Amino acid sequence: MKRQDAKLILEISDLHACVEDQPILKGVNLKVHAGEIHAIMGRNGSGKSTLSKVIAGHPAYIVTSGLIKFEGQDLLTLDPETRARLGIFLGFQYPVEIPGVNNLEFLRVATNSRRRELGKEELDTFEFEDLVKDRLQIVQMNPSFLERSVNEGFSGGEKKRNEILQMALLEPTMAILDETDSGLDIDALRIVASGVNQLANPKTATLLITHYQRLLNQITPDFVHVMSAGKILHTGGRELAIKLEQSGYDWIDNTQSIKKET
Amino acid sequence: MKSQNQVDEIVSKPYKYGFITDIETEKIAKGLNENVIRLISRKKNEPQFLLDFRLKAYKQWLKMKEPNWANLDYEPINYQEIIYYAAPKSNEKKTSLDEVDPKLLETFDKLGIPLSEQKRLSNVAVDAVFDSVSIATTYKEKLAEHGVIFCSISEAVSEYPDLVKNYMGSVVPSNDNYFAALNSAVFSDGSFVFIPKGVNCPMELSSYFRINSGDTGQFERTLIIAEEGASVSYLEGCTAPMFDTNTLHAAVVEIITLDNASIKYSTVQNWYSGNEKGVGGIFNFVTKRGHCRGKESKISWSQVETGSAITWKYPSCVLQGEGSIGEFYSVALTNNLQKADTGTKMIHVGANTRSTIVSKGISAGHSSNSYRGLVQIGPKAAGAKNYSQCDSMLIGDKAAANTFPYIRSQQPLANIEHEASTCRISEDQLFYLQSRGIGFEEAISMMVSGFCRDVFNQLPMEFAAEADKLLALKLEGSVG
Repeated sequence: MKRQDAKLILEISDLHACVEDQPILKGVNLKVHAGEIHAIMGRNGSGKSTLSKVIAGHPAYIVTSGLIKFEGQDLLTLDPETRARLGIFLGFQYPVEIPGVNNLEFLRVATNSRRRELGKEELDTFEFEDLVKDRLQIVQMNPSFLERSVNEGFSGGEKKRNEILQMALLEPTMAILDETDSGLDIDALRIVASGVNQLANPKTATLLITHYQRLLNQITPDFVHVMSAGKILHTGGRELAIKLEQSGYDWIDNTQSIKKET
Repeated sequence: MKSQNQVDEIVSKPYKYGFITDIETEKIAKGLNENVIRLISRKKNEPQFLLDFRLKAYKQWLKMKEPNWANLDYEPINYQEIIYYAAPKSNEKKTSLDEVDPKLLETFDKLGIPLSEQKRLSNVAVDAVFDSVSIATTYKEKLAEHGVIFCSISEAVSEYPDLVKNYMGSVVPSNDNYFAALNSAVFSDGSFVFIPKGVNCPMELSSYFRINSGDTGQFERTLIIAEEGASVSYLEGCTAPMFDTNTLHAAVVEIITLDNASIKYSTVQNWYSGNEKGVGGIFNFVTKRGHCRGKESKISWSQVETGSAITWKYPSCVLQGEGSIGEFYSVALTNNLQKADTGTKMIHVGANTRSTIVSKGISAGHSSNSYRGLVQIGPKAAGAKNYSQCDSMLIGDKAAANTFPYIRSQQPLANIEHEASTCRISEDQLFYLQSRGIGFEEAISMMVSGFCRDVFNQLPMEFAAEADKLLALKLEGSVG
């Protein structure tokens, strides 16, 4: 829910970006305030995933012009680890496996680097184990996952829940979830949505990137944006998502071209 | 990846052991001939049998050819341009550390190996070797109370000649290979360890080899014997200054276990590897072999190899005694323009012998890292078992990793397993860790440590911590 005096967390102005010399983002504008949940929908290739990776600082994506400000700070000069420590979290669409790196140890190192930034005391192995066991309940994951290597051998649903677990531990200010619902069955979807809802609060903001309406049945967005060909074409409320589900993306394209003609 | 400027900054961090100790060193004229060998032997006051041993080896060396089958390429070595003996001037072995040149003590201090009474590592006895000579061995009296002999080879030759005569050359005969022959002719100093029947050595023993002179070859010789029921854990550490020329290091290590004895030999090798253009660095040609002579005896090699420009090294086990066990755990890292051809040989002679090989190769920069291993099962080795695992990790896209496993079996009742894998540190994995607030270097370090876990778990605790740090240091600037 947006409040009148809510802080501006993320501000994207006329953002252009490319990957392997291919322009993907062609002038994105977006403002996200504290306490808000935004959804970004659009066809494959519209630039939704690219947008999330650019905000997180993936090195393969080059910003050619435009600005991103996070809590008033210029984000584009910061490396990915600094952005994460400051409170940006990216839930990946396809979380990568990292054999040999223990999940519990990885979570502890990540959590401590965020805690350092927040001025909180770092946790030793025992204190951290207590914290993790508590957070595991949010995603209903078995503690045995902690002993394995990061995402190694995890099913799709388990990987997504590991992402939400990380969110629960890192307490980000701006959480960007890139197609977190893809590949999930109904039960896994319910657990992920419940996790996101539990973690949302008036001081943080969430950006959900999704194809499907069904996630938005479980997580109520304040704003729905539709991306096409590297730009946000249309912004509306919840009803926009329902309309898209019924009429498909062609409807948006047609609406826009009608707009252009008038 | 990080911008090129940041990468350059990290790569130009100096090798922190690169300093040279300014000390008066006595060197003989360069070149190799019979007179040089006689001179070395005379300087060390050696008995006749040893001079004969050297001369015989020299004659064999003259008839041999340098091996060229390894996956290495390097500038040809001019054996006449090398000095075969160098020692700090005041070099007679001192009875007390007060008499050792303070500059030498300071050198080892700087390297983290304090030798003086107050500062020494309390549970590790150290034999410190500087260029061609051993300058100090700590805790000798305490060890002697247990009947353990730990001293330099030179000292062993004069105090315990029968033991040396009995065992030297019995595991690595002088004509075994080109570099063993050279070493047998001109070996300088090294460590001698003898653990008598039934004694479990109360401390870890370690030798620390420090090359200081750039134009001198280093030919150390180590001999470790564990009698029936005895055991010992031995650590070897090595560093060298940064020189523009290549320095030859050709060592021979022989270890022997009698019935029910066990020897654990761990190495963390951090020779200078040459700069990022491949100039300078140590040429490391080493013959290390263990002989499980006795029943149920065990020899275990653990190593972390990170330095040297060229590495040619195959610590091996001959498993003769029935039920004997050989192990090889290795992490070999190459970066920049280093080249390594390394591995092991497990020779099963006796029945029910077992061997385990876990080799982890990490290649970064433009380096080339080859594993070469032999598992040989003889006709009498019924019930023999071998397990080998060779994993390669590639960092960046210009490095190379190769595996050359050889299996030769003449025994149908043997069980041999071999697994191999290759992986690459991907940009996506790195980004995943960074997007969780983990710094670039820490991320690489986590992934490499995870990869090396199985081997690090085998190292003595002090070494394992060192090894982790050393790998992180050596990998700086390797991605991007």
